[in-house]
Amino acid sequence: MKPSPSTLANITNALARHRVLSVAIALMILPFVMPYEALAINILVFGLFAMGFNLLFGYMGMLSFGHGAFLGMGGYLTGISMVHFSLPWGVAILIGVLGAALGGLVMGFLAIRTRGIYFSMVTLALGQIIYYIFYKAESLTGGENGLRGVKVEAFSVFGFTVDFLNPVTKYYFIFLFVLAAIWFISRILNSPLGAVMEAIRENEKRAAACGFNVARTKLLVFILSAGICGLAGSLRALHLSIVPIDSLHYLQSGQAVMMSILGGMGTFFGPFIGAAVMLYLEDVITSFTTHWMLVVGLIFMFFVLFFPQGIWGSILHKLPLSKNSK
Amino acid sequence: MTGLTLDLLCMQMLTGIALGSIYALLALGLCLIFGMLTVVNFAHGAFFMVGAFLGVFFLGLTGNFWFSLLLVPLITGVMGLFTERFLVRPMYGRGIDYPLLLTFGLSYVLIELTRIIFGIEGMPSITPAGLTGSVNVGFGYFPKYRLFLILATAVIILCIWLFIQKTRYGLIIKAGSRDQEILKVLGVDIAKVWLIVFAVGTAIAGLSGILASPTRSVNPEMGIPILAESFVVTVVGGMGSPVGAVVAGLLVGIVYSMTSLFAPELAELSIFVLMAVVLIIRPQGLFGKAGLMG
Repeated sequence: MKPSPSTLANITNALARHRVLSVAIALMILPFVMPYEALAINILVFGLFAMGFNLLFGYMGMLSFGHGAFLGMGGYLTGISMVHFSLPWGVAILIGVLGAALGGLVMGFLAIRTRGIYFSMVTLALGQIIYYIFYKAESLTGGENGLRGVKVEAFSVFGFTVDFLNPVTKYYFIFLFVLAAIWFISRILNSPLGAVMEAIRENEKRAAACGFNVARTKLLVFILSAGICGLAGSLRALHLSIVPIDSLHYLQSGQAVMMSILGGMGTFFGPFIGAAVMLYLEDVITSFTTHWMLVVGLIFMFFVLFFPQGIWGSILHKLPLSKNSK
Repeated sequence: MTGLTLDLLCMQMLTGIALGSIYALLALGLCLIFGMLTVVNFAHGAFFMVGAFLGVFFLGLTGNFWFSLLLVPLITGVMGLFTERFLVRPMYGRGIDYPLLLTFGLSYVLIELTRIIFGIEGMPSITPAGLTGSVNVGFGYFPKYRLFLILATAVIILCIWLFIQKTRYGLIIKAGSRDQEILKVLGVDIAKVWLIVFAVGTAIAGLSGILASPTRSVNPEMGIPILAESFVVTVVGGMGSPVGAVVAGLLVGIVYSMTSLFAPELAELSIFVLMAVVLIIRPQGLFGKAGLMG
């Protein structure tokens, strides 16, 4: 029996009310749906990356092309702390997140002086500064070859042994961090700050006239978004045990853009869905052609032209929904 | 520092101007498109790369550099026509980010198509016959081709300037970048103007690609860093200012070349630092009008 539209709407409304719980359940079963766990972990990491990016792009309307820098910074700072300073992974993750947030503070301070397309160009160029800094600091970062040897030794917590050699264990370990970050994002969006963010996206002048400090809100969200992307980078470093130099490049930022558009910008689940679809397609398509870049470029153009709301956004659009369920 | 002479500085300056010529051309192309359509072409670097590939290809095929120099901008211009008509035009009125996103996707497609057609290795660049070797410029021997590059850029910029200042089309373009409503009221087919301006922009990108091809390695990824660099030039010069594009292009080229003399490992970084400084002091850029985008 085909479910009636109102049943579907009820389901999506329920999803929206318990969005962190919904994500938790979906991600719990993800490794069993995917062909192998490493892909599922990639989806976790890039889903978080795209969600962090979407906080700025989808909810504030600020299209940054520099968020790869934060993914890379998180990864490199975590990696450097562990490889060169032998710090425990917990501290290393904290350093990665805080470092990326600090990077967000500096970059945001410069970039929010501009808006619109200009903002995109400036963030792209500022991100490249960070790329070249890490590229040239070869003794710390490994330069062109990337940073190698980020290894998490097996450890026990509450009687459970966490060994990164077991991909399922690794998945659920990273899952806990991603879930915490998603809860944090959900909390931001439900807070008064979230309302101010959307007010600024809809009409910046009016938000300013209502007495909100537009510049400070933009900077704050930029920093939060950078920190979340930094966490994604840190987790990716632990997952891959290397940090590739490309993770800082603006093409990496472009990947967050593509994932957000594909899934649905400005929606809660959209970026994660976009990341999952894109990485799954990449996995399937690269198995029989090396020209993945052509395919992803065409898919992306198709979505921009015909489905700018993305996969999840288009589904929401088709359903009669209450206002707060996006 | 031993060996640092005035002659060396002048040589490095000239190298910087040659590099800056390419930047100036690229930024001018971006600026023309932006001024008219308020679109930033994220595939600009890809058009540059296509221009370089076609240039090397036709040069190898015909052996005639001058012929290639005419043909390549025509081809990338026609590609620009199609891009505007079928890809960018449906985006108008849909929000300022969409054409940008679309051209970003287009750059992926162009890069991968180039890999498919010409291979992933790239092509050996050819310096056209008659422009090889060096020439004495008073303070040392300077590559003849780079000197040609500077002169050619000067001529091209002069032509664009004459086109904008002295022709009826230029008048329409100037008017269009100020108030398109009035232009429509006066009976100008604005859609056609957009089409032409976009094509001129991509033609310039292709032209700078073929001009730059003998001075750098020609590979499918060559347009990727160039895009970031031409954004730096645009931000330094000021969005939508043709004078700013040219001045900042030369400035960025000189800064790059001078830094690579004193601290080679900081050369790439230096131009981005220049941009950061400009953003702090003058967010609208050296020649930009405040309030346009800032």
